[in-house]
Amino acid sequence: MGKITFIEHDGTEHVVEFEAGASLMQVAVNNAVPGIDADCGGECACGTCHVILAQEWFAKTGTPGPDEEQMLSMTPERAESSRLGCQVQTTEAMDGMTVRLPEFQM
Amino acid sequence: MRRSSLAAGTLLTTLIQKQWPHEAVLISDEPLPPYQRPPLSKDYLAGKTARESLYLRPHSMYENAGHRLRLGERVERIDRVNKTVELSDQSTLGYDRLVLATGARVRRLNAPGADLEGIHYLRDIADTDALRSQLSPGQRLVIVGGGYIGLEVAAIAVKGGLKVTVLEAAGRVMQRVTGPEISAFFLAKHRDAGEEVRLDTSVIGFEADDDGHVAGVAVADGSTVPVDVVLVAVGITPETALAESAGLPCDDGILVDEYVRSGDPAILAIGDCTRHRNVFFEQPQRMESVANAVDQARTAAATLMGDDKPYDAVPWFWSNQYDVRLQMVGLSKDHDERVVRGNPRDGAFAVFYMREGHLVAVDAVNLPIAFMVGKKLVYQHRDVDAEALSDPDIELKSLV
Repeated sequence: MGKITFIEHDGTEHVVEFEAGASLMQVAVNNAVPGIDADCGGECACGTCHVILAQEWFAKTGTPGPDEEQMLSMTPERAESSRLGCQVQTTEAMDGMTVRLPEFQM
Repeated sequence: MRRSSLAAGTLLTTLIQKQWPHEAVLISDEPLPPYQRPPLSKDYLAGKTARESLYLRPHSMYENAGHRLRLGERVERIDRVNKTVELSDQSTLGYDRLVLATGARVRRLNAPGADLEGIHYLRDIADTDALRSQLSPGQRLVIVGGGYIGLEVAAIAVKGGLKVTVLEAAGRVMQRVTGPEISAFFLAKHRDAGEEVRLDTSVIGFEADDDGHVAGVAVADGSTVPVDVVLVAVGITPETALAESAGLPCDDGILVDEYVRSGDPAILAIGDCTRHRNVFFEQPQRMESVANAVDQARTAAATLMGDDKPYDAVPWFWSNQYDVRLQMVGLSKDHDERVVRGNPRDGAFAVFYMREGHLVAVDAVNLPIAFMVGKKLVYQHRDVDAEALSDPDIELKSLV
């Protein structure tokens, strides 16, 4: 059990508890964090769970796969440390991580 | 609200996120909180996903926000004059606003023997559990219907070691939802994997063994396909009985405007059960999709909060079959030109559907970028250069 902070585009912070193993998207969704739609439920099929990680955390989550990269390349507000939340599996090491949410999902 | 649907769950969640200051009660005849149905014919059937992970949100999230879930109960009647609903336990509940998210039920085959043991349908978790328990290696599975559900199940069953036959009444698979290039690609995919796929093949009845269990599927050419398990996947019908009995206008779907209001402004309807207005289409549409369920739920949330926003979402869909992900955006049925990008033989390609110079739909096979670009271009309703779409030297991204 650890904590992740989601920050909406307007600066509103949501500090939520998570258990390692769930996807980052699932952690946000289970806690009703706004700004992440996750329409397809986590199948990397819709591109609506775009999150932007703090740079120092980005390296710790692995790199986007080829499909994810194609999806990300078209999301509004794409940043260097962008991921699709459904493709990031949380680990114990992510305790304290900060995640920014874009203003608009795809 | 009614039914443990994605639409109802998304509406509740959106209301919670927007801090709607009232209480909602979700009444569902399914004894489960709202859950995702797409995995039922995909990872959940394959045994790769636990039941709890299908739940849209944890049960507690709704109740912690002050809303109530009355699960395993049915709404029997709506009294629009007194603004109450009557439940299966005879109790009544008053409402200021009522949202119908009654979904759809599977279309059943009206053929002799269609109620034999061993004939399955797939719509909810219970259906899927029942089917999964019958999918043992070596068994012969006949799937009636070569649409999304039939083909997704076929792929899982083949991987599970079953002998699979797909019987499709139309001349190609997924005919209702896609063009000939995509149909041909998936037909080859399924046949190469070892399935027998028979097109133009109508089922006329089912034969039983001595125990009353299905043993054969009779088809129109006079032959019979021997079988251990049958899945009938021939589409869905909107669940409108409750709305009709309340006198709400229905026409193969509960009729709603672009703010998802039914004929009674106190009653909204969302998801598969609706025939709705969308600023994108001239005619009211019925849309069987996750995207429509969640987008209409968000429109309903806006309407309930007095922040009316007309429904303008572009429909999109996806399907997983074997190692292929099909992503689709827009409606292709009225196109006048098709443009293919890439080569189906490479396993990654896309078909762009045009009408009068506009892009109206894209079907992308293992090519997410085409789907994402399509989502933007279809929404923007812009003229698109057809030649550029098929030119591998022009990046799709540059067309947005």
